[in-house]
Amino acid sequence: MRIKGSHVIKYIILSIISLLMIIPLIWMMLTSLKEPARVFTQFFPWPIRWENYVEVLANTVFLRQYLNSIYIGIVVTVGTIIFSSMAGYAFARLNFFGRDFAFLLLLSMMMIPPEVTIIPLFLFMRELGWINTHIPLILLPIFGAPGAFGVFLMRQFFLTIPKELEEAAKIDGCSRWKVYWRLMLPLAVPAISTLTIFTFLQNWDEFLNPLIFINSRELMTLPVGLSLFTDETGTAWHHLMGATTLATIPLLIIFFFAQKKFIEGMTLGSVKE
Amino acid sequence: MKQAANNPRLTGPEPHGMVKFKQRKKAFSGNENLTGWLFISPMFIGFLIFMLGPLIYAFYMSFLEWPLLGDARFIGLNNYQNIINDQEFRIVLKNTFIFTAGLVPLNLMLALGLALLLKEKMAGIGLFRTAIFVPVVTSLVVWAIIWKYMLAPESGFINQLLGLFGIQGPAWLLDNRLAMPSVIIVSVLKNVGLNMILFLTALQQVPHSLYEAAALDGAKRWRTFWHITFPMIMPTVFMTMIITTIGAMKIFAQIYVMTRGGPGTSTKVLVYYIWEKAFRHFEMGYAAALAFVLFFILLVFTLILWQLRKRWVFHEN
Repeated sequence: MRIKGSHVIKYIILSIISLLMIIPLIWMMLTSLKEPARVFTQFFPWPIRWENYVEVLANTVFLRQYLNSIYIGIVVTVGTIIFSSMAGYAFARLNFFGRDFAFLLLLSMMMIPPEVTIIPLFLFMRELGWINTHIPLILLPIFGAPGAFGVFLMRQFFLTIPKELEEAAKIDGCSRWKVYWRLMLPLAVPAISTLTIFTFLQNWDEFLNPLIFINSRELMTLPVGLSLFTDETGTAWHHLMGATTLATIPLLIIFFFAQKKFIEGMTLGSVKE
Repeated sequence: MKQAANNPRLTGPEPHGMVKFKQRKKAFSGNENLTGWLFISPMFIGFLIFMLGPLIYAFYMSFLEWPLLGDARFIGLNNYQNIINDQEFRIVLKNTFIFTAGLVPLNLMLALGLALLLKEKMAGIGLFRTAIFVPVVTSLVVWAIIWKYMLAPESGFINQLLGLFGIQGPAWLLDNRLAMPSVIIVSVLKNVGLNMILFLTALQQVPHSLYEAAALDGAKRWRTFWHITFPMIMPTVFMTMIITTIGAMKIFAQIYVMTRGGPGTSTKVLVYYIWEKAFRHFEMGYAAALAFVLFFILLVFTLILWQLRKRWVFHEN
């Protein structure tokens, strides 16, 4: 492609802004390889200190928090997909009493800020003895606004699948559950994969719930764990930057390889209908 | 038409097996009331327990005085009255509005500008798009931690960079006047990529024929943008404005990580205040009332923007 004169200015502007966007991450990675005493005095780490990572990974609390984030993310994502696709299928295809009312009620839940319900939920969880357990971190997103959004999304998708496919299954004598499980769910894989990315990333970033429901460090997820990392060790920036690098890199790698799907998943919350 | 082909009544005399088929069909859709409710029941029951119930209870709580020790006491509208007279609440509300009023225009204008720059095909354009989207993929807390570190008074990256030009950088996050703008800029950089992608999608959907017609009429670039591009992407502009505004009004994690509402109360925002009242001071009733005030403000904002949208958006597909 030929580069035009007017393009040069564009390139300069875009380069400056792009640099602003990635310098923080580069700075984070570079700092994670510096010697503690040189963290603030050099830009490029020299000598490179790989031991930082050995030390970060030897931090069992950090590893626990990492695993917590992953496993809670997976459970929440799977739960959201199963329950919201079931409800979405029924709302799209079945004709039952009170359907439209139930659907509107679910949709209106997306409008409610979690900050409103979290106070009674805290008291409720305390009654049940579920404070400082992972139960609220798993149940609240599945049956909260993210789950409601999943129902909406799955319903919209199921509406686009031609009815004829189901008719064929009917003739074969399939039950509703079989039609949903064997036919509709496999057809919905594109929608499910987008919803998976959306749900997992949203959960990976969730801050308020773990901050309120979890007290002990071993049970925390990464965002709250990392935010407290600063307080405890104060100036151990080389370790903190190593921890944040480890928390960021896997997502970035997946992002680079599946950019289109990723962007679809991330913009999902904004593109209703 | 396709329906007709599948409908047995319209395809001539019934074949032998049709009676059986009808029975099956009846069994299949027979009790759709029950099947339907069974399908939605996990989600629906979950919602009743974890959303609708707590919502109603939160409303009830907002009429109670509920201290850490001792029993809850019904005090009518006292919590709401106290909010009106609460000096700190006024500061917190002002801070929330300042944050929103700073973030939303900056975010939207930068996103639109970037989308316009990235719209045309140029070599390496994908690289820029990826770079600008990278912060969106980064965890919000990680982003805030890095910036807290880069904005450190003497040893931070930003001030060292300024030092190279002989400028003595300020103590960004520890300065009453600079803390809020710093948090705003950091938040804009974090999320501008998301809105940029949305604008980019909208721009690419503007029919090319409109631009050709404008070129034939000899319209200048600025006029073309103002009279064709902008009206065509107006629905997207409004949608992103509503979502960005709601998100800004509920800002919490950045504040918690970067400033803890400080210095003083200069960055204390509404959700941070609710969190502090509920889970630091354990004034549950008062916090519930504050949360409803937030809910009310969000509703009013959304309604206002929705009304404006009706008036301003001419094009809608």
